[in-house]
Amino acid sequence: MKIKVDMQKCQHYGQCVFEAPDIFKLNDQDKLEYTAEADESQRANVEAAADVCPMQAIFIES
Amino acid sequence: MNDAIVIVGASMGGLRVAESLRRFGYLGPIKIFGDEPHLPYNRPPLSKEVLADEVNHDAVAFAIRDSIGEIEWMLDCPITGIDTSAKTVTDKHGHKHNYSALVIATGLSAKELNRLPEGTAGVHVLRSLDHAINLRKELKPGAKVVIVGAGFIGCEVAATAQTLGCAVSVVGSGNVPLNRPLCEVFGAEVMRRQQEQGVKFFMNSGIADVAVGTEAGSPKVSAIKLVDGQQLDCDVVLFAIGSTPNTQWLASSGIDIVDGVHTNNSMQALDLSGKVVPDVYAIGDVARFTNPLFDGLARRVEHWNIPTETAKRAAKVIAAKFVSGEDFELALAEPFAPMPSFWSNQFEMQILGYGSPALATASKLIEGSLSEEFVFGYYRDDKLVGVAGIGMKNALLSYRMQMLQNQ
Repeated sequence: MKIKVDMQKCQHYGQCVFEAPDIFKLNDQDKLEYTAEADESQRANVEAAADVCPMQAIFIES
Repeated sequence: MNDAIVIVGASMGGLRVAESLRRFGYLGPIKIFGDEPHLPYNRPPLSKEVLADEVNHDAVAFAIRDSIGEIEWMLDCPITGIDTSAKTVTDKHGHKHNYSALVIATGLSAKELNRLPEGTAGVHVLRSLDHAINLRKELKPGAKVVIVGAGFIGCEVAATAQTLGCAVSVVGSGNVPLNRPLCEVFGAEVMRRQQEQGVKFFMNSGIADVAVGTEAGSPKVSAIKLVDGQQLDCDVVLFAIGSTPNTQWLASSGIDIVDGVHTNNSMQALDLSGKVVPDVYAIGDVARFTNPLFDGLARRVEHWNIPTETAKRAAKVIAAKFVSGEDFELALAEPFAPMPSFWSNQFEMQILGYGSPALATASKLIEGSLSEEFVFGYYRDDKLVGVAGIGMKNALLSYRMQMLQNQ
């Protein structure tokens, strides 16, 4: 599956990090980093992360 | 055909119930009733982006996944009554709808000041997209704006309006803004940073009266008189003085609606004797539920992640009843202890918190420095029940983890 975060919208609150810790993390500067391509087994976690994003900036593209 | 699962409330919570029912295998009919004409949208931007930019519903609408399948959306169609024995709800047109399970997701309404002449211009509350669009039209550079209420909504709109070039005054009842959710020291720092940007604060105060003049023959607000006799001339007033649960339609249902809909930890609605009302659930801001993360008391939680968490919980329980091969009793017994999350953007400040600082009996700065980035810890009987800070998001994440492990 392909994941995209709209970095114009993202406010780096890190809510996605605890829903899908294998995909999203906050780096040392508290900025979001993520893996754009993930195994299908991660879909439920990534959907949960997209649900809790305050800015609704996480998109699952396939 | 089977009766539909009926969701009353077409906002984030209602949407998440429907999505989650599908995820947990429910394929039957779902009807969602909403009192607004809009499909579900995200409310946090209403105090910020929607006021600052000329955006409409598209910019804040939730993406609706294809996996949600067929949903009967009944928008602009509030539910006015319920019969829990016949298992029906009545809509504003007087039509009855049967339900197999009912989910109450009606949320809150902003408190308004009722003593003003009807149709007084310049007076606002902020809860819906239409409220935000109406308020936006008046936030012009130079406009004198008074915000009554120094909670999160009041402080966020103050920052947005001041940035837009308005002259903003905030009136609050405590010593400092945000003292209840964040404590006095934290609130004082937020006030200091807001004042640096030009926002004026009138604290330990309240409104004694609203002066109403006329403009083009219609009543329009002209000033706010404070309890200490000061008068604040204004073009715009926003009342950000809290919310009330939307439960009027449940008045004769027998459901406990003393402060929102009383539910158990599985989001099942309870009657006044504490018995489960069969097949009725409540989620989101309107639900007063027990959370073993803290204690055994039922509380309403007005934090943005709670509708989603409680929606998923209710959907899992409901699906277990209606999807063959699932075990309802097992679903009811599953642990459910959602961790509240909250955040707020004001000027350059990014406030973030977890847990429930309002339950604390003591608070202290545990990381960073007050004038830059910091974390406060909130304690009840020496147990950490909440954290909040400005910046330091990784640190806040590890305290969140710590609270989950300590429960």
